[in-house]
Amino acid sequence: MAAVTTPHTGHHEPDPTESYLGGETGIKSWIFTLDHKRIGVMYLISVTIAFLMGGVFALLVRTEHLSHGRTIMDADTYNRMFSLHGVVMVFLFIIPSIPAAMGNIILPIQLGTKDVAFPRLNLMSLYIYIIGACFGLYSMVHGGVDTGWTFYTPYSSSDPAHGGVGTPAAVLPMTLAAFIMGFSSILTGVNFIATVHKMRAPGLTWRRLPLFIWALYATSIIQVLATPVLAITLLLLTMERFLGLGIFDPHLGGDPVLYQHFFWFYSHPAVYIMIVPGMGVVSEIIATFARREVVGYMFVAMSSLGLALVGFLVWGHHLFVAGMSEYAAMVFSALTFLVAIPSGVKVFNWVATLYKGSISLESPMLWGLGFIFLFTIGGLTGLFLGMLAVDVHLHDTYFVVAHFHYVMVGGTVMGFVGGLHYWWPKFTGKMYDEKMARVGFAFVFVGFNVTFLTQFVIGSRGMPRRYYNYLPEYELGHQISTIGSYLLGLGFFVLLVMFIQSLRNGKPAPRNPWGSAALEWQTPSPPPLYNFITDPIITRGPYDYHLATEAELDEGWAELDARLAAPKKAHVDHDKPHAHGTSLSGDDATAAKLDADAEAGKDTTADPDGKMDDADPDAKPEKKSDDSDDGEKD
Amino acid sequence: MSTEATPATDAHDDHGHGAPDAPAAGHGHAHPKWLAHHFDTPAQQFDTAKLGMWAFLIQELLFFSGLFVCYGIYRSWYPHMFVESSHQLNKLMGGANTIVLLFSSLTAALAVRSSQTGNKQATSRFLIITMLCACAFLVIKFFEYRHKFETGCLPGPYFHPHELSHGATLPGNAHIFYSIYFMMTGVHGVHVLIGIGVIFWVWRRNERGDFSKEYFTPVDLVALYWHLVDLVWIYLFPLLYLI
Amino acid sequence: MILAPETFQLPRSMSAEAPSGDALYMDIYWFSLVFLVLITGAMLYFVVKYRRKKGVRPERTRDLTKLEIFWTITPLIFLVIIFHVSFETYVKNATAAEGAMEIRVRGKKWSWEFEYPNGSREAKELTLPVNKPVKFILSSDDVIHSFFVREFRVKRDAVPGQYSYIAVTPTELGDAQIFCAEFCGTSHSDMLGTVHVVTDEQFRKHLDEMDKMPEVCGDTGKEQCTPALWGRTLFVKNGCPTCHSVDGSKGNAPSLKGVFGTLQPLTQGPDVMADENYVRESILRPQAKIVKGFTNTQMPLFVFKDPQTDALIAYVKSLK
Repeated sequence: MAAVTTPHTGHHEPDPTESYLGGETGIKSWIFTLDHKRIGVMYLISVTIAFLMGGVFALLVRTEHLSHGRTIMDADTYNRMFSLHGVVMVFLFIIPSIPAAMGNIILPIQLGTKDVAFPRLNLMSLYIYIIGACFGLYSMVHGGVDTGWTFYTPYSSSDPAHGGVGTPAAVLPMTLAAFIMGFSSILTGVNFIATVHKMRAPGLTWRRLPLFIWALYATSIIQVLATPVLAITLLLLTMERFLGLGIFDPHLGGDPVLYQHFFWFYSHPAVYIMIVPGMGVVSEIIATFARREVVGYMFVAMSSLGLALVGFLVWGHHLFVAGMSEYAAMVFSALTFLVAIPSGVKVFNWVATLYKGSISLESPMLWGLGFIFLFTIGGLTGLFLGMLAVDVHLHDTYFVVAHFHYVMVGGTVMGFVGGLHYWWPKFTGKMYDEKMARVGFAFVFVGFNVTFLTQFVIGSRGMPRRYYNYLPEYELGHQISTIGSYLLGLGFFVLLVMFIQSLRNGKPAPRNPWGSAALEWQTPSPPPLYNFITDPIITRGPYDYHLATEAELDEGWAELDARLAAPKKAHVDHDKPHAHGTSLSGDDATAAKLDADAEAGKDTTADPDGKMDDADPDAKPEKKSDDSDDGEKD
Repeated sequence: MSTEATPATDAHDDHGHGAPDAPAAGHGHAHPKWLAHHFDTPAQQFDTAKLGMWAFLIQELLFFSGLFVCYGIYRSWYPHMFVESSHQLNKLMGGANTIVLLFSSLTAALAVRSSQTGNKQATSRFLIITMLCACAFLVIKFFEYRHKFETGCLPGPYFHPHELSHGATLPGNAHIFYSIYFMMTGVHGVHVLIGIGVIFWVWRRNERGDFSKEYFTPVDLVALYWHLVDLVWIYLFPLLYLI
Repeated sequence: MILAPETFQLPRSMSAEAPSGDALYMDIYWFSLVFLVLITGAMLYFVVKYRRKKGVRPERTRDLTKLEIFWTITPLIFLVIIFHVSFETYVKNATAAEGAMEIRVRGKKWSWEFEYPNGSREAKELTLPVNKPVKFILSSDDVIHSFFVREFRVKRDAVPGQYSYIAVTPTELGDAQIFCAEFCGTSHSDMLGTVHVVTDEQFRKHLDEMDKMPEVCGDTGKEQCTPALWGRTLFVKNGCPTCHSVDGSKGNAPSLKGVFGTLQPLTQGPDVMADENYVRESILRPQAKIVKGFTNTQMPLFVFKDPQTDALIAYVKSLK
């Protein structure tokens, strides 16, 4: 570090050491922010609200099934509840959950850059998402939809107000909501693709990319290629209901099965938009808590892209009983099995990573291991459904419901919550109560399995999905499942309380609480506005634990102890970001600068050759400006 | 970090960017006004923007692809109906629109060229011509639509064909052709409208003097978008009007 | 429970098609269980064995390309095998036996209606003779439904505006449960029904007892009204014989004799198989597909209700 960190001259110039949560506060500094971390935090809050809302719908649905016949609501209400559960969970929660919320915060930090490629576009995505969500809410207050999240025609498109045979529900605002939110997803994808390609820190080669980035990159490709097809499909559906286009409506000469092809051409790849980022999170967690590079790094990275590719070719398996020719069914069944290959590669490699690792079972790792177990079940039950002869019986039963919940909840939600535990100290600068985290995990894990293992059984015994009422013989199964769902809900409630407590009075988080070698843990918690105090130059991969010393990996806590022991010193102050003003007095500024230098110096200890600075300037021709330079445009 | 950085004249000359005028040495004043804080070099910013735009254009293509697939499927199911119905479209107006759009694509490309050479006035002139062509396109389209409304060649339940040219009668399900026709040209028309909006925005910025030999990315990206709008029409015209 | 035998996981099986699918189900179930136990076992074993200990360094990950290729290729071989087996079973089960009894199944919100070959109709209850192959011809009057007979292990969507088929042979006496498996609105979960599988004798008796379809036979007023006969009535009443002969002689329009079940050359596009869907389209949208050698596009548009269309199709089918 050649100490040229320029003093703060212009008052617009952000303090390079100030946490992103500090600095400017107030509502305007959030809603007009271009900082990817703040945008990510706003996403995180939005998707969490959506998740709670979807969860409440789910619990209502389960409660209705406590007894045969009517329990708490009538059939129309039930149909709206399960549809809203699906729509909210898919479009408002799962799709933006890991990429847009968590990825937004972590992706640029893992790439060692200051922001995503297009910060304004990023903020725009958030607002498009929120506008879409408002349309969704509008639909809900007008009674919601009862079409399921799939909006199958002609039930969704044929308006009884014009003599049609479909639903009278407020379908238009809900399809518009999904249409609008699709653009949010597309723009995030465009942004991430450009960021990963062009914004990597010097030295961060493709082979050194964290697996989470590979996963987000694969996800972004799907978002850009598949979501527009959903957009045009929903537009056609909207026009169909509004004007009677006749493309999907059999009563006007259209073909409703064509809609299903269009819909699943997006929505099957969308399954990989949901699961691939979760896999990326788990790869990070496994590597960190086993202190070992993920076995078969390139295979795991490529399997994400493989899933993205194969995901486009298998939509037909949703239509096995919808009236496809045997040959089309054959092709789709064969392609469907191909999905098992990259999924299997990932699972094998994760387990192999544990072999001869140095494993610690802190709460994020529990979620990671839970993911592997549940996702394996989800994947294996997918084999049942890919087999044509078996699928005919299982199609549209609770077996399918259980299968995709094992993938979506056992996979994505476990990945999301695990990632939240893992990066929480980085996001907020606070630790959470580990005991509560374990209790929460136990409830979620047990509750989830009770809920959905039971559903496999009632499903294979023939219970169709989306049924308000059921035959008395399924009552016991439904009751067990409902009790499981209460445990599941309780688990998430515990976690919610835990995270809120952590925000209010959590212990300050050290820079690197888990002893990870990955880049995002080398910057303060929470990170400064431009993510790093000095622009990083990457000289080792994110999983190069063999280059790290034991002391270095535990250094995060040591640093925190030292910091807490000397509170008088004017500090970078990660732990109390709000206590800090924007301008420092001269002395403080110097101290902060020194501290920053020290901090940055520490970063370099990972690599004896000095990975950040101190090298001669010729070694880094790409970097010509320091982030603390003035004269930039805001 | 050392700020004795190499002058910012590196890697990006091949993109037609001149070096920024800043004397990159010393205080690291290499960031020109238009270079966003999170980019290191103008070349990086330009390449990133271009890559993002291409990703967006691919998205646009897939958006239209849904309609093209619809067209393909229904045409293969009802080839006779498609031929009969397409005879009712006005080839002359469609052809005129094709020429108008092709010409506007040329002027859009010229606008980029003149902006690369720093010729602000020429850039403005070409942008205005492009906008005028876009408006002309919409006017012609309006007359076409009006004729369709008059003869009842409309989607779905509004389909009541009468006074057709060549005294033809249309097959009973021809309304599907018009559904597809109106969706395709309608969605394309919305893109033309958006195009007028963004070209106007770029024109304003050009008038304000935002662009220079070194920085013309928005002009370039908007022209790319406009070429895509043109390209889609190049496919729509023969598919709907000619074959 | 996890090790539960077939009878716990699957409902009773009552058709010739069910056992092969059930056997596949159980095969893949055992495979999955073993696989899951192995993966989870290895995971837990490693977690315990390699718990973090002071001073013990994790072993550096080596390049294991051979192992990677091994566990990419091995599952592929396995997947090819199960795909092959399951597809063969599927095709075998999907093909209807020669001379299968045709039952029309119409879904409408929220009930199933069945029509026997002799024209008798029933709602929600279907009676079938044991060990006789049956072909269900599914259609829907409004939205998409899905005809699911649990004990037969068959399921197919009933899509409005087109026909789809299921082939099945009941093999056990007793009752089978019918569900609607595609969401269709308020009372979707009440769109149930029962299949009574009975002996041949009981089946004939049941047919005799059932009401015929006087309301649909209209002015024929005959005792022996079948869909084909009703179709002929409609055919004559609507003036179809003016152009369409039924004896093979060429008129303004193609003769309908022997058309059903053959490939028809068209003026544009590839040949088309004259099945239920094609005949229906030709009745309701006469200009959609025109048979080669005919230029006439003057056939008027008819508006038929679905049962009437079905009857006309039955009539065309009977013109051998």
